[in-house]
Amino acid sequence: MHKSSIAELSRQLHSKALSSRELTEHYLARIEKLDAQLNSFITVTAEIALAQADEADQRLAAGDAPALCGIPIAHKDIFCTDGVLTTCGSKMLGNFVPPYNAAVVDNFRAAGAVMLGKTNMDEFAMGSSNETSFFGKVANPWDLNCVPGGSSGGSAAAVAARIAPAATATDTGGSIRQPAALCGITGLKPSYGRVSRWGMIAFASSLDQGGILAQSAEDTALMLNTMASFDTRDSTCIDHPIPDYCADLNNSLEGLSLGVPREYFGEGLHPGTEAAVRDAIKVLEAQGAKIKEVSLPHSALAVPAYYVIAPAECSANLSRFDGVRYGYRCENPSNLEDLYKRSRAEGFGEEVKRRILVGTYALSAGYYDAYYRKAQQVRRLIKQDFDEAFKEVDAIVGPTAPSPAFQFGAKGKDPVAMYLEDIYTIATNLAGLPGMSLPCGLVDNKPVGLQLIGPYFDEARLLNIAHRFQRETDFHTLAPQAFN
Amino acid sequence: MNPADIQKIAHLARLHISEEVADETAKRITDVLKLVDQLQEADTSDIAPMAHPLDAVQRLRPDRVTEADVREAFLRIAPQAEDGLYLVPKVID
Repeated sequence: MHKSSIAELSRQLHSKALSSRELTEHYLARIEKLDAQLNSFITVTAEIALAQADEADQRLAAGDAPALCGIPIAHKDIFCTDGVLTTCGSKMLGNFVPPYNAAVVDNFRAAGAVMLGKTNMDEFAMGSSNETSFFGKVANPWDLNCVPGGSSGGSAAAVAARIAPAATATDTGGSIRQPAALCGITGLKPSYGRVSRWGMIAFASSLDQGGILAQSAEDTALMLNTMASFDTRDSTCIDHPIPDYCADLNNSLEGLSLGVPREYFGEGLHPGTEAAVRDAIKVLEAQGAKIKEVSLPHSALAVPAYYVIAPAECSANLSRFDGVRYGYRCENPSNLEDLYKRSRAEGFGEEVKRRILVGTYALSAGYYDAYYRKAQQVRRLIKQDFDEAFKEVDAIVGPTAPSPAFQFGAKGKDPVAMYLEDIYTIATNLAGLPGMSLPCGLVDNKPVGLQLIGPYFDEARLLNIAHRFQRETDFHTLAPQAFN
Repeated sequence: MNPADIQKIAHLARLHISEEVADETAKRITDVLKLVDQLQEADTSDIAPMAHPLDAVQRLRPDRVTEADVREAFLRIAPQAEDGLYLVPKVID
């Protein structure tokens, strides 16, 4: 059952060949047996899942149930779930039980999907390896000594190990696409404003976007159909028509032009990764796509710009964690200032504190223009690079991550070494564009991801390109031996 | 950055940083600022700062009460609450 795609499972549920209860029990058993090696779940919601499965079976029996009815999924622990612990990978929210559901959670609930649990993540979504979680690191199912990527490491590991068919996740600088690449699965970060951020704990408000980790482009399309919505409670949500993301999956690639950015193939790119990506581009070319070199001249400024904007926004967003209304409070505070300072010092991990400090500095009097305003200007230059490229090509293709999965601790104590993991993904967030990663090969038995970037709201086209690639190749069907 | 700068910023961010940690933190943050200084190379004269990819502006709505009263649910998860109020150490002497 766990080797089947959501599309296939949905068919079986609708034809009553399978019940949601059987399917859910199957996944819960796999989680119980296998997750100790991965630590991909922070909370497993077995009772809730079984109750939801029974409800789904009733809906399926009545007929006219949505495509995802009865399908078990996992939610990244950044989405608020009413009555269910939501930690954001942090001690600060180690006891936080939200009194409401995130919009994304409600969307899947309404569609009849079944919640298996909440997945592990880098603390407050800050990281590229899932090593900063207060709840322990997550292992990559392909090599248990290696990271799964981050910040959505738990969601990625769970899907890669087939202990969840799909999972929700979030991407601020690459946190869906990079784990997808390192774990050999398909990931999508939609256009900024496509998915409601209501109830999605904020890290960097102008960059955060909820998205999907799944086994294939087709499954991702099914998930996006449910996940995307216009929500007036999220003032940054855009009211743009939502197509059926499955409708164009099989469109021919004949005549499509794909841009290969020269700046994404320079120093720092692992040769095995480069070879797999270039081979994948040839597969697309064989299907009729025209390949063209493009330039994104300001690419080198993306990481520096991001490391002003994201920490600045995070310092503002995390100021709400003050020990007063919810979350962690220090013991025996001597006065209000002590309450704030020690609750925050004790509740937050090192990387989170570091980013709050960088962000506070960048926004402080005397430095705002030199740092934050400057970064916002560079952000426009980066977006303009994409606008220019999209005048010549329909989509951009390249590597997702600079190398396959690295060992725990390999990035050492230098935060900048970790930041460079996102070197190819970060610009997409700065520009607000949709981006995907799909598996395109193995190097030393570790997955490599192919990245696709499209113009604003062009998710359907990216899914189409990915699906056509997956019709010709079988990388997306590979799962690590130990979890088969 | 030096440890004294870190303490100033930490105060603004209402984060307690011990002296030992301040030294290490100063070094790490200096590394990040070196990365960020690369931005100064960019020619951004005449470029408007970008806060939103579509330069969208804040949507407004009529000033009418639409939210339900969920005070009970919120107070229930507070570290300390009483009589509809959040409790904190005394502020005024």
